[in-house]
Amino acid sequence: MAKREYNTVESGPRAFWDMLHPTIQKNYGQWKYHDRPRPGVLHHVSKTGDEVWTVKAGTHRQVTVDIARRLCDVADKYCAGFLRWTVRNNVEFTTDVEANVAPMIEELEAMGHPVGGTGNSVAAMAHTQGWLHCDIPATDASGVVKSIMDLMYDEFKQEEMPNRVKLSTSCCEINCGGQADIAIVVQHTRPPRINHDILATTCEMPSTVARCPVAAIRPTTVNGKPSLMVVDEKCICCGACFGACPAMEINHPEYSKLAIWIGGKNSNPRSRPSNMKLVAHGLPNNVNRWPEVAEKVTSILKAYKEGGRDWERVGEWADRIGWKKFFEVTGLPFDKYMIDNYRHARTSFNQSAHIRF
Amino acid sequence: MAENKLNPTPNLDTLEEGPWPSFISGFKELYNRTGNTMVRGVLDQLNYSYETRMGYWKGGVVGVHGYGAGIISRYSMVPELFPEAKEFHTMRIQPPPGLHYSTKALREVLDIWEKHGSGIISMHGQTGNLQLQGVTQDKVQELFDDLNQLGWDLGGAGATVRTGASCVGQARCEMACYDTLKMHEKVLTYFTDLVHRPQLPYKAKFKFSGCGNDCANAIQRSDYAVIGTWKDDIQVDEAEVSKFIEERGIAYLTNNVITRCPTNAIEMNEDGKSITINNSDCVRCMHCLNVMNKALSPGNERGVSLLVGGKGHLKVGNMLGSVIVPFMKMDDDDDIEKFIDLIDEMIDYWAENALDHERVGETIERVGMQQFLDAVGLEATPEMVLQPRDNPYFKAPYEEAG
Ligand code: HEM
Ligand code: SF4
Ligand code: SF4
Ligand code: SF4
Ligand code: SF4
Repeated sequence: MAKREYNTVESGPRAFWDMLHPTIQKNYGQWKYHDRPRPGVLHHVSKTGDEVWTVKAGTHRQVTVDIARRLCDVADKYCAGFLRWTVRNNVEFTTDVEANVAPMIEELEAMGHPVGGTGNSVAAMAHTQGWLHCDIPATDASGVVKSIMDLMYDEFKQEEMPNRVKLSTSCCEINCGGQADIAIVVQHTRPPRINHDILATTCEMPSTVARCPVAAIRPTTVNGKPSLMVVDEKCICCGACFGACPAMEINHPEYSKLAIWIGGKNSNPRSRPSNMKLVAHGLPNNVNRWPEVAEKVTSILKAYKEGGRDWERVGEWADRIGWKKFFEVTGLPFDKYMIDNYRHARTSFNQSAHIRF
Repeated sequence: MAENKLNPTPNLDTLEEGPWPSFISGFKELYNRTGNTMVRGVLDQLNYSYETRMGYWKGGVVGVHGYGAGIISRYSMVPELFPEAKEFHTMRIQPPPGLHYSTKALREVLDIWEKHGSGIISMHGQTGNLQLQGVTQDKVQELFDDLNQLGWDLGGAGATVRTGASCVGQARCEMACYDTLKMHEKVLTYFTDLVHRPQLPYKAKFKFSGCGNDCANAIQRSDYAVIGTWKDDIQVDEAEVSKFIEERGIAYLTNNVITRCPTNAIEMNEDGKSITINNSDCVRCMHCLNVMNKALSPGNERGVSLLVGGKGHLKVGNMLGSVIVPFMKMDDDDDIEKFIDLIDEMIDYWAENALDHERVGETIERVGMQQFLDAVGLEATPEMVLQPRDNPYFKAPYEEAG
């Protein structure tokens, strides 16, 4: 083998200063306020008097070198060769020339990138890897996002919700996609089916046993060989063991379902950050367009748009009107599986005489 | 020139309909231009996943010289069906903090990536990595070396410090109470060894948000959530306040600012043109600043709150980070050094005491916050709790219990 000439430099994160537009460098830490001249555009004013305009656009999320190069072309033409991505896979173009804004919007939209995602819009969806790239998914992530965002297209481009709405989707219960105002998360509905043929050779047994949050996995012997078993009554179908050991097959074309959760909020304004809550489950993993999931998401958003007050996030709206009414106005059925039965469950019960009729 | 020909992908083709940009169309365009057979292979396997509703990737071990992490290996479980997708590994690259790019630097990455890999790229993953998706093992080292010479480095995977995330920060946000980008760069650079070589019980994530709006989603999604805040009074521009009231009306101010303050810290004054903020009641939630963006600004005595122990589902369920340090000033490099010293203590304690696959929040839950605070040398303070314990069963040493 050829001798390696190059010595690795363990440099850490890529240095950021040279990645900033000169006007941004000049006004770094000096910004005074911002407003939004129209949906999809932010206008920041500095204490120095300088101003910048930022155009925000949606992307395919899984992009290619071609797509990224075209976005670079836009940045070269209008933004002195600088651009930025957001955590929700949007792309942002900042310019200090107001006259660049309109042609930039036109160009981006002509390329198929919707301009929006600011203020009280439905933002682009955070998502995970799915069948395209993860080793444990029960569904695709990019496809769910494409299907839902097609329906949210207008809401992305407008700012007509009571407050911003963040969506996310995840392709297994590990939920890399995260919590959001509305989160779509895969739900395993059966304990793992164990592939004893490969288990002993593929999996480290003690760490697989240790992975289970409810101690449902036990060592056993199958056909004279050491293997593992699952106590079905204990198993909560979390799929954690599958991540450790691919022989614990949790995914199933029919029994892997999707569930919808609402009210996840990471920001602090008004109410404290909060976890998402289950509002629908057992929805079929119906490729290629997931119509059952899309319908539920749409009905939640419709009810929120009608009933939410200014600045109320989805979860805050549900808290104000009460969960009873939430299920009424969204038309979603409430059932016993929405009552928590895991750790500290009783703190989520109504420990008061506060009841709405 | 022979035309590049894709196999039929009827399931994926439906994802080209509708107005939102379609990743499938993007992949097809890429293949048609480059003829890179990995792209065709991955489309074929994805189409098969849609047909059978199952995934077909498995992991393995792929790495570069000297590193133990940063590349997620992907081998097809059905290579006989899709030989072109047999290997399709992902390289995680640490992006510039705040995800700001010059097109020059980005184009360099794109060119190197096209030369060695599939050309499929994710900008960015949920942890913030620049993800280069689809490279074979024999190309991994060259790919990395070419990038590394331009200042790019791998991110974390497995039991490591993971790639950090930061909000747009002082680059373009008037709310930023500290330099999130610089702190991200410094802290993650300090922990570089722990990013590259798995030697921890499990993952450890840092996220940096410039204020309580927490655009980097730190409190929910990171072990060490660094949130910008201030200690003194909210800055009020009186003229802008009265302008706001004139323009939006008293009803709007009442319904959307005064009554939305979670601690009732804001009062309307008799004159109907101004407000008083009782700053000792304010919890710095950011709401009034967001609504009255021109009139109100964070105070001058700025710094960070550190919340520890946030994480996603696996395996005890979601946990939000909780306050460990209510306030730390973050004005200069010395302050960042002090922060790093404190985190070093926490990571050391966690590395020594955690069970396998246990995040720091779970360790704190298991050993108890009292023990964690003692171990890292911090005093308990009322900012750490919503309320003191209401559980009567507790034990304290005789001399302290009195
Ligand atoms: C082999 C298994 C797994 C794969 C392939 C995988 C894949 C991914 C990927 C690709 C991302 C985005 C990464 C990035 O942005 O750089 C991610 C993020 C994430 N993963 Fe996983 N993951 C796996 C297992 C897990 C497990 C076991 C957990 C347990 C809690 C987990 C929790 C998360 C979380 C919380 C995020 C979001 C991170 C954040 O927002 O900071 N993942 N995962
Ligand atoms: S949510 Fe699950 S299946 Fe999806 S990327 Fe994360 S670990 Fe993989
Ligand atoms: S699915 Fe979860 S609960 Fe069931 S055996 Fe596996 S780890 Fe345990
Ligand atoms: S977290 Fe605060 S400082 Fe950072 S971008 Fe969001 S609003 Fe601005
Ligand atoms: S920041 Fe929040 S808590 Fe403080 S005064 Fe404003 S609304 Fe009230």
